[in-house]
Amino acid sequence: MKLNVNGQNHSLDVEPEMPLLWALRDELDIKGPKFGCGIAQCGSCTVLLNGEQVRSCAYPVSGAAGQKVITIEGLADKGRLHAVQQAWIDHQVPQCGYCQGGQMLAAVALLKKKPKPTDEDIDAAMTNICRCGTYARMRTAIHSAAKKGGRA
Amino acid sequence: MNTPETSSGMDRRHFLKVSSTAAAGLSVGFFVPQSVQAANTPQLNVWVEIEPNDTIVIRYARAEMGQGSMTSAPMMIAEELEADWKKVRVEYATAHDNLRTQRAYGDMASVGSRTIRNSQEYLRKAGATGREMLIAAAAQQWGVPASECKAALSKVTHVPSKRTLSYGKLAAAAAKLDAPKEVKLKDPKDWTLIGKSIPRVDIPDIVTGRVKYGIDAQVPGMLHAAIAASPVFNGTVKSMDASKVENRRGIVKVLNLGTFVAVVADNWWRAKEALRDVAVDWDVGEHGTLSSAAIMAHFKAGMAQPELAVARNDGNTLDAMSKAAKVIEAEYFTPYLAHATMEPMVCTAWLQGEQLDVWCSTQNPESTLAVAAATAGVPQANVKVHPMQLGGGLGRKSPQDFTRQAVAIAKAMPGKPVKMLWSREEEIQHGLYRPASLMRFKAGLSATGKAEALHIRVSAPSILATLLKLPLPKGVDGQAVACFADHPYDIPNTLVDYAQRNTNVPVGFWRTVGHSQNPFGRECFIDELAIAAAQDPVDYRLAMLPNNEKANRDRAILLAVTKAAGWDKKPAPGVFRGVAATDGYGSWTACVCDVSINAKNEVKIHRIVIGIDPGYAVNPDNIVAQFQGSVVHGLTAIFWGENTIKDGRVEQSNFHDYRMMRLNEMPKVEVVIAPTGGFWGGVGEPAQAPLAPAVANAISAALGKRIRSLPLKNHGLTLARA
Repeated sequence: MKLNVNGQNHSLDVEPEMPLLWALRDELDIKGPKFGCGIAQCGSCTVLLNGEQVRSCAYPVSGAAGQKVITIEGLADKGRLHAVQQAWIDHQVPQCGYCQGGQMLAAVALLKKKPKPTDEDIDAAMTNICRCGTYARMRTAIHSAAKKGGRA
Repeated sequence: MNTPETSSGMDRRHFLKVSSTAAAGLSVGFFVPQSVQAANTPQLNVWVEIEPNDTIVIRYARAEMGQGSMTSAPMMIAEELEADWKKVRVEYATAHDNLRTQRAYGDMASVGSRTIRNSQEYLRKAGATGREMLIAAAAQQWGVPASECKAALSKVTHVPSKRTLSYGKLAAAAAKLDAPKEVKLKDPKDWTLIGKSIPRVDIPDIVTGRVKYGIDAQVPGMLHAAIAASPVFNGTVKSMDASKVENRRGIVKVLNLGTFVAVVADNWWRAKEALRDVAVDWDVGEHGTLSSAAIMAHFKAGMAQPELAVARNDGNTLDAMSKAAKVIEAEYFTPYLAHATMEPMVCTAWLQGEQLDVWCSTQNPESTLAVAAATAGVPQANVKVHPMQLGGGLGRKSPQDFTRQAVAIAKAMPGKPVKMLWSREEEIQHGLYRPASLMRFKAGLSATGKAEALHIRVSAPSILATLLKLPLPKGVDGQAVACFADHPYDIPNTLVDYAQRNTNVPVGFWRTVGHSQNPFGRECFIDELAIAAAQDPVDYRLAMLPNNEKANRDRAILLAVTKAAGWDKKPAPGVFRGVAATDGYGSWTACVCDVSINAKNEVKIHRIVIGIDPGYAVNPDNIVAQFQGSVVHGLTAIFWGENTIKDGRVEQSNFHDYRMMRLNEMPKVEVVIAPTGGFWGGVGEPAQAPLAPAVANAISAALGKRIRSLPLKNHGLTLARA
């Protein structure tokens, strides 16, 4: 099976039903996507699949074969931070940071669809859990990234 | 020694001492171990290292789990060192270096909101010591009195001649000098760093995904373990049949380790899937029938037990109660709560002969080291605990039950590094829960409504007796009676007593501990008294606060928060208000909450104003972040948080039935930081203390009915979308 992650091609010999998360973490040593619940509830494992957010803990790796997977490690463009990453720094969003890779990718997917999201759009799109409670700052940072055009 | 160095993030953090500090620069500090001095090595100590290019490495000896201390603690050193913060790089200290240097770094635990308040003095002294040594080195070089030199922004200046030398150029010479025995700390009015909102040092690595959490440990040849402990607490494995999975792809070994079973595989998912098909017969002893109802009956019996531990006894409460014009009585209850850190328990262990390496998300790396050594049966000096960022701690990652498991697995797999990761189900069902607690309040009021007598009785498990196995002074667990035994109110007759009622459900430190639940009882009951006295709840509290140093801080923060909330103006029609004031973790806090409730029983929180007097506000934006976050943590517990017991086991298992608050429910939160100076209080935990009672008081006002138990979902209430 072939997997394209952050622009790099990988060959994998794994069960087709292995969740994408565990193919990334334990087969390819790509640790940005995190394990939180295993049942697609919390979104710590969020990655982008062809630009759409996917909860990789409950998404079979075979469903991603031959397609473009982006993890938090692949969001910056040659060292240049994505506008969402920069907004996350500017507004000091993360606390422990464990869920934040998934949160930022969810925000990137939102801004791609809705470059100027309303609060309602943010409410609907940002459904990942953060136990540190960084929600207010995420909202501010998304509006801030949107003002700067979404893409760095 | 085969040192695993596989990921760049880990390399940077783990091998702090690659460059020889003796040769390369200055190392100074306040704790100077005798043995190091005796050996006459120029490496004086451990906190500060200055590289020739002016980079200042400051060591951080606690954990980072989102509380921001990895930034604030080094700020303490940098302030006194007169370091240019832009040139500071923070590196973790390690528990094994602490052991080797006879605890040169002091206490490494990140618990009790105490990283700053317990270490600020020695950290500031370490910085000041370094500053004086750098000044002395410059003065020597110029042949001028040190008194003519001053340090600022990583440079020493000879004031009369305006000559300057950078710290990088002075470090080697300074390192050869004796550290001054006495140093003068800066007057707070001269601080240039403390009190400024400094961006967190770990955030750039978080947003790029470079930061390494315990779950991200990667060691060559590493295997993965999924585990299952007895579904009934403290049960043991009677028998195990792994024949269905032993030949499956990737399965390396299935282990019966007495109190739990582990599947070791080449990929965690394979281990976890196989674990489902391992048949285990558990010996659950006598606890397989325990239920929430039985626990409540056990607590109720505690209320009636003849002998109780007395936590406070002012005046003659029972006598004063009998003479009161009016007696008010109420019972409050708070449930068991699992922590649900985003990153479940995880620990990687590698036993090679007598050497043990551990990578662990731990709030207490010294304890991790000790437990790991004891479990493996190797000397402590043979253990390395590699620091990792924590995906949340919340108190769960201080006790080392999971380290013991991981090392037991490593011991059964000698020579193989194994990463043990808990599933979410394991995390919620094998917690060290915040104790459920039953609290009974009784007050005797005078004819004018003044409280003359207050009797608080707590029937609850003891964390200190059961988890830490500590002897309880006079039978009292301080956490069980927190904010009762030390209530600030001027009530001449106060009796606080405690029935220790342990159950088979293990209990532990859950963020804000006793202050996460007891203020709900105390400050809601005070509200009941104010209503009985027909007085405004703020005025009622203010009138009860005596004139002493501590109570004056209660008064000041209550006034600051109620002023910010506009307490003197009536809320809009249909909007109801609640207030509460508390102190804990060395800080003073107050909260005002505005709510309305619609016909569907959805609670709309219009506004939360919450404030703190932490003495000194070290990194104000981080305090705001901690308070915003604490409100989310608190509201999750207040509305939905509850672990119930059936057949001896926890009924909830994952986020679908142990509900977490989400972004679309985030209310407007305004944080009031009102530092009065002269003391150092914690900030990571205190916010939850006044939150629950302020919210519950507002809701009770809206309902016209008193809420006396949590969570609110059990009253048919939920949180409306923001």
